[in-house]
Amino acid sequence: MSSSSGVPESWISSFCSLIGHEYFAEVSEEFIEDDFNLTGLQTQVAMYKEALEVGMILDVEPEDDEEEEEEEEEDEDQSALGDALTARERRHHSRMASDLSVIESSAEMLYGLIHQRFICSRAGIQQMSEKYELGHFGACPRTNCEQARTLPVGLSDIPGEDTVKLFCPSCLDVYVPPNSRFQTVDGAFFGRTFGALFLLTFPDYDLTRRGSEVLSGTLSRISGNEPTLNGFFEKNIAPNLGTGHIYEPKIYGFRVSERARSGPRMQWLRERPSNIRDLDEARLYAEQNPDSEEDDESMNVNGRVVVRRRGPGSARLRQRQTQNGSPMALSANGAESEL
Amino acid sequence: MEDFASESDSDYTSYWRDWFISSRGNEYFCEIDEDYLTDRFNLTGLNTEVQYYQYALDLVTDVFDLDCDDEMRETIEKSARHLYGLVHARYIVTTRGLAKMLDKYKKADFGKCPRVMCHSHPLLPMGLSDIPNLKPVKLYCARCEDIYNPKSSRHAAIDGAYFGTSFHNIIFQVYPALIPAKSTERYVPRVYGFKVHAAAALVRWQSAKRDDMRRRLRKLDVDTGFRGDDGVEDDEEGDVEFEGVDGGRMIAGADGNIR
Ligand SMILES: [Zn+2]
Repeated sequence: MSSSSGVPESWISSFCSLIGHEYFAEVSEEFIEDDFNLTGLQTQVAMYKEALEVGMILDVEPEDDEEEEEEEEEDEDQSALGDALTARERRHHSRMASDLSVIESSAEMLYGLIHQRFICSRAGIQQMSEKYELGHFGACPRTNCEQARTLPVGLSDIPGEDTVKLFCPSCLDVYVPPNSRFQTVDGAFFGRTFGALFLLTFPDYDLTRRGSEVLSGTLSRISGNEPTLNGFFEKNIAPNLGTGHIYEPKIYGFRVSERARSGPRMQWLRERPSNIRDLDEARLYAEQNPDSEEDDESMNVNGRVVVRRRGPGSARLRQRQTQNGSPMALSANGAESEL
Repeated sequence: MEDFASESDSDYTSYWRDWFISSRGNEYFCEIDEDYLTDRFNLTGLNTEVQYYQYALDLVTDVFDLDCDDEMRETIEKSARHLYGLVHARYIVTTRGLAKMLDKYKKADFGKCPRVMCHSHPLLPMGLSDIPNLKPVKLYCARCEDIYNPKSSRHAAIDGAYFGTSFHNIIFQVYPALIPAKSTERYVPRVYGFKVHAAAALVRWQSAKRDDMRRRLRKLDVDTGFRGDDGVEDDEEGDVEFEGVDGGRMIAGADGNIR
């Protein structure tokens, strides 16, 4: 378990090197040591303190145990000799085995929940971008996505609800990871926000590039004056949807008609307007309603939140988001009510 | 459908075909009947497609008795596999072939759809071309009507022409009861609970396309295929959406710094 250099491997790096944990970033100790980042986790994880400190995530030594401290000094000498892991092992032996397995699983839960937050931080999302560039998250299984690189996501932020999935930026859909070893990894450890936040944070990854092109520094990035729409480079909006990327069912060369009972019903899911500007709702709305007030167009709040309002008479205008309990929803709703 | 319970297969011992379909990597193939293989009509045109055609056919039907060296044997073996694949594409669109593939489909022998919203719907093998050596086999999901790459590299190397471009569509014409109900359930990317504007705009546009199709079909009195299709749309909620910054690079605050 110790690395070749003889330096003891931390709990975090050994956790991340386990089979099935390939998608995880290594959360920095700096991030964990900032109490602010851990707000609210005490109540979510059993044996929180033990999981965090005593020989687990942070590898902090207990201060109230003289005997163990002595052992630790011994071990420092030993680790200098390359025998690294004994400190933790011996500490482990001094505990009840059942206690340890509870703490170990608490530590995994805690690490996962911290990880969900970390990969949405500046340092964490940067680390995930390096893994993305190296192809650590695999490729979209959809044939028409042509091996587009995917991102690990959760469909829930609450642990225990669902396993990790892969989000494909080229078709904006989610898939089950191909290898069954990921089917025990909790999706909440990646969370609902990371996938989309990644696209917003790194808008200039050129999603139309494949293979060796993505490894070349210049081609992998969109440069200069590419047109943008709705906050994205136009060419990066679901590039593997639309004409030429939609499966057309055929029998002996003849297209199966929509009118047939077995005819195509799902092509809309893979469609994309041939003129992407058709997605410029604010412009279209203004064109169709030349007399409407400016207020009805999309508004850009703080550079990144758009408050959309539908045309007058829309019953949905005041409908609230009900699907998430995040405090952000409240503040945004509050913001909207001021408009 | 007809009853295929009484098979003539059990009267024969089909060594080569037994070996072939039980070999690792050949899970997508069903066993072609002796009767079908020995009817020359079914093999029309394949003699020019397959090297050492007669020896290959003899091998597939267990009557091969040529005394030859290993190299020759290997060449004929390869031809036999190719011949089997080409006949397979024809066989699986016969009544019996469809029924055999249906059994495998029901057992999910071809795998399950990787798309999360398809909830592990079983897949069917398909080719993007009927001409051999052009495109490897793909997997079709009748629920999302899209095609996927096989997970295993052994399967990904199989010639798609051994399944053809029509089989996976014909099976649903022959067994319309098997057509899965279509679903509007889909993934919408979100940041701190808010939809991403660019993706949400595309979703709205696609939903409008879908509603147009439903109206078109209802007018023609054709089954739209969506369960509980009452025309009520379900995917709109919330007015606040995230947008990136036009042109420029941005770092969205991890603290969700929205005011
Ligand atoms: Zn599917």
